[in-house]
Amino acid sequence: MRPILMKGHERPLTFLKYNRDGDLLFSCAKDHTPTVWFADNGERLGTYRGHNGAVWTCDVSRDSMRLITGSADQTVKLWNVQKGTQLYTFNFGSPARSVEFAIGDKLAVITTDPFMELTSAIHVKRIAGDSTEQTEESVLVIKGPQGRINRAVWGPLNRTIISAGEDAVIRIWDFETGKLLKESDKESGHKKTITSLTKAADGSHFLSGSLDKSAKLWDTRTLTLIKTYSTERPVNAVAMSPLLDHVVLGGGQDASAVTTTDHRAGKFEAKFYDKILQEEIGGVKGHFGPINALAFNPDGKSCSSGGEDGYVRLHHFDPDYFNIKI
Amino acid sequence: MAAEVMLMNEIEATAAQMGIDMNIDFSSIQLPPGENCGIISDDDDVYHDDQLEFDSGFGNVIVVDNLPVVPREKFEKLEGVIRKIYSQIGVIKEDGLWMPVDPETKKTLGYCFIEYNTPQEAELAKEKTHGYKLDRAHIFAVNMFDDFDKYMKVLDEWAPPEIKPYTPGENLQKWLADEKARDQFVIRAGTDTEVLWNDARQSKTEPVYKRTYWTESFVQWSPMGTYLATVHRQGAAVWGGANTFNRLMRYAHPQVKLIDFSPGEKFLVTYSSHEPSNPRDANRVVINIFDVRTGKMMRDFKGSADEFAVGGAGGVAGNSWPVFRWGGGKEDKYFAKLGKNMISVYETETFSLIDKKSLKVENVVDFSWSPTDPIIALFVPELGGGNQPARVSLVQMPGKEELRQKNLFSISDCKMYWQSNGDYLAVKADRYTKTKKSTYTGFELFRIKERDIPIEVLELDNKNDKIIAFAWEPKGHRFAVIHGDNPRPDVSFYSMRSTHNLGRVAKLTTLKGKQANALFWSPGGRFIVLAGLKGFNGQLEFFNVDELETMATAEHFMATDVEWDPTGRYVATSVTSVHEMENGFNIWSFNGKLLYRILKDHFFQFLWRPRPPSFLTPEKEEEIARNLKKYSKKYEAEDQDVSMLLSEQDREKRRMLKEEWEKWGSEWRRAQEEEKLERQKLRDGEASDEEEEYEAKEVEVEEVLDVSEEVLSFEE
Repeated sequence: MRPILMKGHERPLTFLKYNRDGDLLFSCAKDHTPTVWFADNGERLGTYRGHNGAVWTCDVSRDSMRLITGSADQTVKLWNVQKGTQLYTFNFGSPARSVEFAIGDKLAVITTDPFMELTSAIHVKRIAGDSTEQTEESVLVIKGPQGRINRAVWGPLNRTIISAGEDAVIRIWDFETGKLLKESDKESGHKKTITSLTKAADGSHFLSGSLDKSAKLWDTRTLTLIKTYSTERPVNAVAMSPLLDHVVLGGGQDASAVTTTDHRAGKFEAKFYDKILQEEIGGVKGHFGPINALAFNPDGKSCSSGGEDGYVRLHHFDPDYFNIKI
Repeated sequence: MAAEVMLMNEIEATAAQMGIDMNIDFSSIQLPPGENCGIISDDDDVYHDDQLEFDSGFGNVIVVDNLPVVPREKFEKLEGVIRKIYSQIGVIKEDGLWMPVDPETKKTLGYCFIEYNTPQEAELAKEKTHGYKLDRAHIFAVNMFDDFDKYMKVLDEWAPPEIKPYTPGENLQKWLADEKARDQFVIRAGTDTEVLWNDARQSKTEPVYKRTYWTESFVQWSPMGTYLATVHRQGAAVWGGANTFNRLMRYAHPQVKLIDFSPGEKFLVTYSSHEPSNPRDANRVVINIFDVRTGKMMRDFKGSADEFAVGGAGGVAGNSWPVFRWGGGKEDKYFAKLGKNMISVYETETFSLIDKKSLKVENVVDFSWSPTDPIIALFVPELGGGNQPARVSLVQMPGKEELRQKNLFSISDCKMYWQSNGDYLAVKADRYTKTKKSTYTGFELFRIKERDIPIEVLELDNKNDKIIAFAWEPKGHRFAVIHGDNPRPDVSFYSMRSTHNLGRVAKLTTLKGKQANALFWSPGGRFIVLAGLKGFNGQLEFFNVDELETMATAEHFMATDVEWDPTGRYVATSVTSVHEMENGFNIWSFNGKLLYRILKDHFFQFLWRPRPPSFLTPEKEEEIARNLKKYSKKYEAEDQDVSMLLSEQDREKRRMLKEEWEKWGSEWRRAQEEEKLERQKLRDGEASDEEEEYEAKEVEVEEVLDVSEEVLSFEE
């Protein structure tokens, strides 16, 4: 089917997130307003106004009532999804790069960039059920990794936190003690900045994408490297189908290095790989710049991509897609 | 002795000088066979690997002999003269000039020592002043001080050299006997250099040898594929062997920049260029010629860059490599260099000029050897504003007889293309139009192997078309030309043997509007790749010239290089690191089917390993071509076996991967089940845990789109 082009952002996209029911799609961009869309027809439902900088990331609660967004304006905000009102603002001394609600939505993990004298850090905040009781204080702050931490997510049962970023190492931290439990192997691990990290639907394994032109699949509990998918371009975004054994890698030449001669040179395609056999099975073209964000609908029947070109492209899969045999 | 290292333009003068003056023993100039006598003192040290430093530390001292013997009164004057001569060449050290005096007669002894600041200056002084004529009776004999030591060590009596027992070497051609008849290639990417088999049947490569930092700048196969040459700071080296790559020989040449093999791979020419001590001078160029197998230096040439920079149209300066071009086919008999108003042709038996004279040709700007015969084609441009026409002539070596000559009028430029068997020579001549404002192109076609070498003139249908590329069919009688104006030029094919008239060139066809700017014939002829490199982003068209039909069109985006394998079965296209992205190579079958592609960052070189010429006679080859079906049967069966095996292996691999995945899956499901209660607790007892289990259900939905009733009439 022809993709649905969703034009609403004025600047490059940074992040995409579906709610659990798969009827809403939240998008973040370098303009200051996260936007929510109908995931079916791509209609714009509303925007969340209040940030004063690029919005890097977001997450939505399991009941689709609350949205959390992290921005370069050094704040993380909680929103009422339905009304679009701000519920609470966490202030940091540096830009917030990633956020994720824990299982149960009572905790959130937030990463902040190194800025001025501050080093990068992972913060855990308690999220109050009633936002009037929300407080600023952190449950846990982890510091240590060099450079930006591009993504931090919760491990099984909220017991661990998995982080990855510019130093190309994936780390698993103990949530109770804040201690480092595991580190990915330098030899078999990524060689360059890890740009994205996404968990499987059941959280048992996760996929990391890196500028070293590869994506790697890891076991969440043991940090065992299971698969490597190599591609021809730096990987900015990764997604895993919840339905079929497919992974999608998006990326492309760095926007500043894009050749002016031919759009094919940049490789702005989203590439589909067989998750088990590690073989390329297809690609979706269309963006005029690198792909920065990818997300699968939880039903696995559509996916969307966000590009440096400011568009979100929503793809409903053709029936053929479900019968791909290799 | 220094004649061997004389500057090129002084060779003749010096030779003449030597001829007149018999004081110098001519025989001592030649290198005695099998013994270098340490004549090349500088380099000799390098031969003994680690002994790079001068033992005695007297490398900067020369000894000048044959000075006049003078009494005390004239001592100062003589010293003044010598100082004047030698301080022109370099800086003589303080108290660096010492002329001994006989303590009894108080007369000088007829020799002196001069110490320079650097060994280079001393070397130069030796080269320049050896044979210097102070007057009739006193001709300088100059030697390096260090050399004396070496000569002293030479035994007075000849001792027979120890004969080493014969040990059979490795079979350096073993790769040709590959069971699967595969070809090898070398690639250089990043710091790694790798030799691989092209296993086209399995659509992959198979490693042969890999080494990091194998070479400092590039690698190069010898013309028949026996050796792989690498380049290092200390010199060049060649590698080869039966099963792996061992270093077979090293050739000392500090700071070597360029190398070139002779076509029969007997000799290796190395080139380096050095900053002069005096910044106003041109760079100093050193060219050495080595015997590949023994590693012995056969001859060296030293001089300023200007002397080796002649060549190119109109004598425009700029080094064109190779400086020395090899002629006479695979026997490596001759090599030649373009000079000012002359072509210096050397023969490899003695490594000296043929007849001790260069071939004098006024204003010659370009020449090329026939690939098979000792024939030189040379080009002299127009002179005197058109009074003297431009000229192409064919000269036979070693006799230097002119075989054929053709005058050409109002020529602006000219290029020569030899057919690979030396059967034909095409001269592409750009002529001025009457107004002299623009040029048009024509071809002069020489039939070398026919009596009297007939010449034909060929002009394109549209004379004003620019020629973008020209290429002879290897071993064949056809050639291809890309002509016309960008962006979509035409490609034409011509044959030197038309069907009805054997002696005439005839056009076969013209393909209109192709995206091509380069031609790559298969080494076996018949097939050609029309490639659009650079501006055309890597368009490829695989064309069959026998049938005059396109077999396939394809694209290797941004391709920079195209190379056929030596058998003409496969084509490699590569994107080298001139581009940042897409680096790597593709392997295609001869008919344009993509077999496999490999991506490598910082990809520098792709080179097929050449094969030596076939031993089959042309008749035998023709017979095989005629009965190809019979011969190919065996290989088809093999191909089928391989593909069966491959699909079997593939299935096996996939089964393994699926099994492995299943293991992970069950592990995860188990953990998930164990944690179920705890997870529910985290969610305040919300029971629905179902989001972990999405199942693909096939749902058939029947929709009635339209119902219509029709009355059908039944015919009896």
